Amino acid sequence: MKPEGKRLVWNEYQKEIANDNYFYVRSCVRQNFFPAAEKTFLRYMKEMGRNVFENPSHTTCSGIGYHSDIVPFETAMTMVARQFALMSEAGYENFVTSCITSFGLYSEVLETWEHFPAVEEKIRGHLRNATGREFVKPKNLAHASDVTFKLRKDISKAGKYRLINHITGNPIRVVEHIGCHYSKMFPSKGVGGAEYPYVLIGMIEEWGGEVIDYPERRHCCGFGFRQYLVKANRGYSVSSSKKKFDSMKPYKPELILTNCPGCPMFLDRWQYAISEMEGTTYGENGQGIPVMTYEELAGLILGYDPWDLGLQVHQVPVEPLLEKMGIPYDPAKKFLDINGNSMGKPKPPSSMKFY
Amino acid sequence: MEHSVIVIGGGVSGMTAAGMLAQQGFNVTLLEKEAETGGHAARWDRLFPDRKKASEVLDFIRKGMSRVKVITGITVVNITRNDKEFTVVTRGQVADGGSQMADIPHPASCIPHPASCIPHPASCILLATGYELFEARKKEEYGYGIYNNVITSAELEDKFRSGSPILTSEGKPPARIGIVHCVGSRDEKVGNLYCSKVCCVTGVKQAIELKEMYPASEVFNFYMDLRMFDRHFEELYYEAQQKWGVSFIRGRLSECAENPDGSIIVKTEDTLTGKPLKMTVDLLVLLTGFVPGRGMASISAMLGLTTGADGFTNSADSHTLNNSTEIPGIFLAGAVKGPVSISESIADARAAAIQIEVYLNSDKPGND
Repeated sequence: MKPEGKRLVWNEYQKEIANDNYFYVRSCVRQNFFPAAEKTFLRYMKEMGRNVFENPSHTTCSGIGYHSDIVPFETAMTMVARQFALMSEAGYENFVTSCITSFGLYSEVLETWEHFPAVEEKIRGHLRNATGREFVKPKNLAHASDVTFKLRKDISKAGKYRLINHITGNPIRVVEHIGCHYSKMFPSKGVGGAEYPYVLIGMIEEWGGEVIDYPERRHCCGFGFRQYLVKANRGYSVSSSKKKFDSMKPYKPELILTNCPGCPMFLDRWQYAISEMEGTTYGENGQGIPVMTYEELAGLILGYDPWDLGLQVHQVPVEPLLEKMGIPYDPAKKFLDINGNSMGKPKPPSSMKFY
Repeated sequence: MEHSVIVIGGGVSGMTAAGMLAQQGFNVTLLEKEAETGGHAARWDRLFPDRKKASEVLDFIRKGMSRVKVITGITVVNITRNDKEFTVVTRGQVADGGSQMADIPHPASCIPHPASCIPHPASCILLATGYELFEARKKEEYGYGIYNNVITSAELEDKFRSGSPILTSEGKPPARIGIVHCVGSRDEKVGNLYCSKVCCVTGVKQAIELKEMYPASEVFNFYMDLRMFDRHFEELYYEAQQKWGVSFIRGRLSECAENPDGSIIVKTEDTLTGKPLKMTVDLLVLLTGFVPGRGMASISAMLGLTTGADGFTNSADSHTLNNSTEIPGIFLAGAVKGPVSISESIADARAAAIQIEVYLNSDKPGND
C-alpha cells in the first residue's frame, strides 16, 4: 500500500470547520449506547476554551426514522428546520451534530434546499404554521468528530497518555470505522472524502497510534438500519460485523475507533454475541478488540478516569487497551455509580475474557 | 506565395496531416509540447485488432514527414489573427530551427517569459492536440495509486513494450488478473458520460496478450457492455473466449481493497446471473478512457472555439464539416474532437489535410 496515494486523496477533501461558538445537538441513541461520550465531548471542549451551547428543547432530527423508511422527507426537513430555528434563536451559526446520521440528514436537507429553493420555502411555511418559528441556515455545519479532528493537536498537547504501548514503545494498532452517513452521501462534506476518510485517521496519527487498513474497512458495521431494526433481518447485521472482524483479525488490531452512534454499538456488542454463539474472539488471548468512540479515546488521552468515560458499559472489556497505554484504573470502582453505589455486575461471558 | 501551415500536436493525427500537407508543397511546422512526437501511440506496444507494432505505424507516418519542420518541447501561449493570417506564439525550448527565429521581435503578449517566446506565422492552423488519459486515481474506490497491484492499461503497455515479464509488485507472475472496462468513461460520477470507444477492444487485446505470456493464468474482464464496433473486433473477442479462455463478467466494480499479501479484492455484481461477486486477483488493470487534452482549453479560449458538454472541441458540423471550425483557417483532426482509434485518427488527419489544401488553394477561401 502506498500511503502517499491516500494523502493525495485527503488533500482534495479539505473541509472548513468552525473554530468556536458551536450549537450542539445530541444523538437520540448514543446516551443509551455509550452514555458518557457526549458528556466527554462537552468536557474537553470546555477545557480547550471552546464555547458550546445546547438547548434542552432540541429533539431527534428524525434521521433514524427517515433512513428506516418510516418518516417522510418533508417531515424530516421540518424537524431539521426547527433545530435550525433553535440555533438561530440562541444567536449561533455554527451547527455541530453528535450523530453521523443527523449530520448526513442535515447535509442532505441543506443540499436539497440549495438546489430546490421552493422546497426550502415550503418547509419554512410548515415550520411557521406549526410553531411560529423562523430560522437562518447554519454558516458552518460540522460533525463533532470534525471538531475533535480540528482540536486533535491541542488534545495531544494537553494529553497525559498516547496511543503507544508503554512497555514496548510500539504504536497501538488501530482500525477506524466511519459511519456511512458521514461522507458516503456527500464526499466533499467529510474530512478526507468517502473512500479514505481522514477524520479518525488524523486523530489516531496525532495521538501516536498506527492506522491499519484492511480489506473490509468500508463494509457496513452491522447496523444498516433495516437490517437490525427489522428483527427478522438481524442475521444480516451480525454477519456484516463478523465479515469485518474476520477481515481485520490478521492485522492484529488493538482498538477499533468509530464516529457513529450505531457502529461502536454493533462492533462492540456483536463481538460478544459471536463469542457466545461460536466461541470466536478477535483480540489477543481470548480477548475482544476494544471499541471506542473518538470522544472516549480523546478522554483517555486527556487522562480522564476510564469509568467516568462510561467504558465499563462496553461489552468488550477495555482493560487490555488501558494496560497497554499505561492508564491506571481501579477494578473495584468499575461498576459503581456516581454516588459510589453498586450498579450491579454483568454475568461474565462464556468465551471472551472478562475483567 | 507559399502558404504556411501550423499543426499543433505531434501525435498520430498531427504527424499524418503535417506529412501530407508538406508533401503537397505547403510550408508546414509541427508544434509538440512533449520532447518527442508520437503521442500516446509512442507508449503503446501492439495495436488492435491485428497486433501490429505501434512503432511500425509511427515509423510509416514519420517517413512522410521529411519536409515538416518539427518543434518539440514548446507550449502555445498565444494565437492571434490578422485578416486571413495567424500568428502562433510559443514558449519553451526550441529543438529545431531555434537559431533562425531568435532575431524575430518578441510579441508583447508573451509574458512573463518574453525572451523565450517565438512567433510562427501561418495561413491556417490544424489543431491536433489529442487527448489525455483519464486520471485513474479519480476513481478512488479502485485504489489506483494506493494499492500496489492496481495499474492502468497504459502502464501495462509500458511493460509489454519493455519486453520484461509482467509481475506483481511482489515480483511474482500473476495467476489471476482482472481487467476493468470503462474507467472514467460512461461514468456520470466522474462527469464523463461518453464512451471512449477503444477501451473495450484494448481490454480484449490485452487479455489475450496476458494469456500468451501466462497461459495458465486466469483473466477476467469486467465490462458494462462490449462495443466491438469495427472490423475484426468481434473476431478478436471470440478468440479471447474460445482460444484463450478469457472470462467476461458483465458488472461494474463497486470497490477494491488490498489483502495482506498484496493481492486485490474486487467487489462487483455479475449482472447476468444477478449475484454479487467478490473475488481476488493478483493484478488489476484499469482501462482508462479519453479526456480532453489539458492544453486545448487555453487554445480554445485564444481562438474562441466552443466545446461540447464532454469538453472535446466542436467542429463546424459533425456530419458535413467535421474537420472545420466556425473560424475560417482553423481546422481539427483526431481525438481533439473526441475518442478515436489510431486508424480513425489517420483517416481523419488525411481528410483534414485535404480540407486544408482546398482551403488554401481556393481563390475565395472559406471553410470547406
